[in-house]
Amino acid sequence: MSTAASAIEPASPVPLLELRGISKEFPGVKALDDVCFAVFPGEVHMLLGENGAGKSSLMKVLFGAYRADAGEFYYKGEKVSITSTADAQKLGIAVIFQEFSLVPHLDIAQNIFFGREPMGRIPGTIDRRKILADARRVLDMIGFDIDPSTTVDKLGVAQQQMVEIAKAISQNARILVMDEPTAALSDRETELLFALIARLKADGVSIVYISHRMAEVFALGDRITVLRDGRRIDGVRPADVTPDQLVRMMVGRNVDMTYPRNFADKPGEMLLEVKGLASSTGISDINIEVRRGEIVGLCGLVGSGRSEVARAIFGADAITSGEIVFDGKPIIGEPDVAARRGIALIPESRKSEGLALLRSVGDNLVVSALRKLFPRGLFDQRSAQRTSDGLIRQLRIATPSARQTVGLLSGGNQQKVVIGKWLAAGSKLFIFDEPTRGIDIGAKSEIFALIDRLVAEGAAALMISSEQVEICHVCDRAYVMREGRIAGHLTRSELTEENIVRLGMHHA
Amino acid sequence: MTDITKGAIAPTRSFLSQDAIQVFYRLLAALLICAVLAVLSDSFLSLGNVLNVLRQASLTFFIASGLTLVVLTAGLDLSVGANVALSACIAGTVIHKTGSPALGILTGLACGGIVGLLNGVMVTALRIPSFIATYGMLWVLNGLTYWYMAGETLHGFPAGFRQIGSGYLFGLPIPVYLLLVFLGIGTLLAQRTIWGQEIYAIGANPVAARLSGIPVARRLLLVYAVSGTMAGLASIIFLSRLNSAEADIGESLTLPAIAAVLIGGTSLFGGVGTVFGTFIGALILTLVLNGMNLLAVSANWQPLVTGIIVILAVWLDMKTRRRAQ
Repeated sequence: MSTAASAIEPASPVPLLELRGISKEFPGVKALDDVCFAVFPGEVHMLLGENGAGKSSLMKVLFGAYRADAGEFYYKGEKVSITSTADAQKLGIAVIFQEFSLVPHLDIAQNIFFGREPMGRIPGTIDRRKILADARRVLDMIGFDIDPSTTVDKLGVAQQQMVEIAKAISQNARILVMDEPTAALSDRETELLFALIARLKADGVSIVYISHRMAEVFALGDRITVLRDGRRIDGVRPADVTPDQLVRMMVGRNVDMTYPRNFADKPGEMLLEVKGLASSTGISDINIEVRRGEIVGLCGLVGSGRSEVARAIFGADAITSGEIVFDGKPIIGEPDVAARRGIALIPESRKSEGLALLRSVGDNLVVSALRKLFPRGLFDQRSAQRTSDGLIRQLRIATPSARQTVGLLSGGNQQKVVIGKWLAAGSKLFIFDEPTRGIDIGAKSEIFALIDRLVAEGAAALMISSEQVEICHVCDRAYVMREGRIAGHLTRSELTEENIVRLGMHHA
Repeated sequence: MTDITKGAIAPTRSFLSQDAIQVFYRLLAALLICAVLAVLSDSFLSLGNVLNVLRQASLTFFIASGLTLVVLTAGLDLSVGANVALSACIAGTVIHKTGSPALGILTGLACGGIVGLLNGVMVTALRIPSFIATYGMLWVLNGLTYWYMAGETLHGFPAGFRQIGSGYLFGLPIPVYLLLVFLGIGTLLAQRTIWGQEIYAIGANPVAARLSGIPVARRLLLVYAVSGTMAGLASIIFLSRLNSAEADIGESLTLPAIAAVLIGGTSLFGGVGTVFGTFIGALILTLVLNGMNLLAVSANWQPLVTGIIVILAVWLDMKTRRRAQ
């Protein structure tokens, strides 16, 4: 693996920065496994991989935000160490994150020189004239024609990105890492960004470019590195590969995993019909059908609008147009309406959205079923205890008792508690948003067995997952989302990882 | 399954029994204060003084009990004192104009409840943080009351009405009966209704509560309305006891009520606490002030002592809770 970096001949023999054998482990996850990565002067190096492949981890190691467990760094052939963001900055490495780090009410000049403002004659003041002149010079360098005394909150996304780049250039950045820089840009703005990248390249600045858009990879990239499961899969030149080959590299061969699933011969009656749904969060024209006895997948890249669809169906985000018909009747209102009608949401972030961490397992298990368990409104601790004890047995939740604080359970058991509260409520449609994130394999197959049992008994599930293997194994069919819309529908026979990735990628 | 069980995790108590322990410590503290005062002062244990302490504590408790529900949802109601003043002045006017105490009582309760509901609307529909919404409401209510009273004092109410605040039944002050009734109602509401359970859930994690199907906005409206209505009730007791109403009677009420809630073990972060704890909190606060009076300690020291007790109580709570986890 360590020799693979030199498999393709670079323009200049000595890389500006080279990472060798980088490994980084988090509890339970090997985020990076013996990864080699080299950046040559004046090149655009595309970094490709699925969600969770290790792109962000590698970026954070490069930037000194993570400290690698193993591995070496070489700058112009000399061994260096990057253990902090200050180290990275000294070597001229800067990152343009998707979430900008600008201060909205300060002006462009103050943002560019934030924390490095030229001091005025009176200590503690800023030399206004100098900071504006310096900012003007940096903005000229990247060809951004704007008054540096404009406050940042008046700027659009593309302009804010330019300010971020100006800030990096003012710190003498020689390696610019860009995390999906065109994700929020219009076509015209994208063109301007590409022009700027060409200009930076000509000045010898290297760009590490993380992208999910095939077209960009081929239009901009000098070299491509593909990551998968924390490993470097290959380094190639755009001329030597086809988009299909890249997709296969990103997805890899099917991992041998079997999930229990008893597919029904024929689907049951219609349970959920989503017609032309749009919400305030940017999803639009969503049409989804789920029948009893089905597990329907909802795939797409992170940020493609999957969770937003789930939240809109559950009433958590305001709907701007369209209709949701559940069990034959339209459904309008807040989550309490959806919950009472029989919809359950198992949210992506179970700690912040699914559980009251400081309350007991029992309290969390009955919270959605209070009205069902106590129709007269009078709460009885003993009866609640019986219900939660029953669920703890049924779901085999590993807890000393129902009185245990739920925050002390493992991820898998916490997830079972979130599912359990909807079992208690007698829900008919379970919307799972990344149900297996951060859960070990044992608990995973238990959760899938549970979902299978639920749908076999006449419930239905809509399952969001970035784990395409899981979608392919357990779903009857799947919708794939791209940029807030449904990009396609895959039947059981069409449901392959390649098809999911192909539909989910940006081809435009 | 053994891989997930992690025997290393010691079983912890749920917050219900955690609450019970907190209340137990507080009762112990209250008894300790009583014992100390009984030794130091001959008159402390006299029937008259004990009843006086209970009556004083009940006034704080009425306001603080409603406030407890608000604090359980991780909110705060800073307008309770100003609400008492406005409700008392309006109720007093109605009694003077109509001669009907019943009508006056209803107006006072309604006025308090409506103010609470408005607080609830600001917090839920307008999404203003409760601290700020009720702080603004405090000024609005003060302004209304001062404008309405224009420096006047309402004085002299029917003897029957005055019995509510100063009368006795079977040797106990009537406010003490009211205290027991509302302590019971508050405890039942919080512990024995699904509304109460939902209030705890909202305080523990409002986002998760909403995504668990709890009608969060409606429950918050309820909680602020209850807090306001309890302020309305307190206004009636005040009116009856003082036999007069002025615009400034509410100014010294809000902070002691908050102190009672905090001393009682309810967390400002929500989700933890009991109405009974607040009762003990009100009792401890009153006992200490009463003891200082009996021991002829200058009243100037009272705010300082109150502050120290609040800080001490919250600090001890945090310590025991951290140990429990």
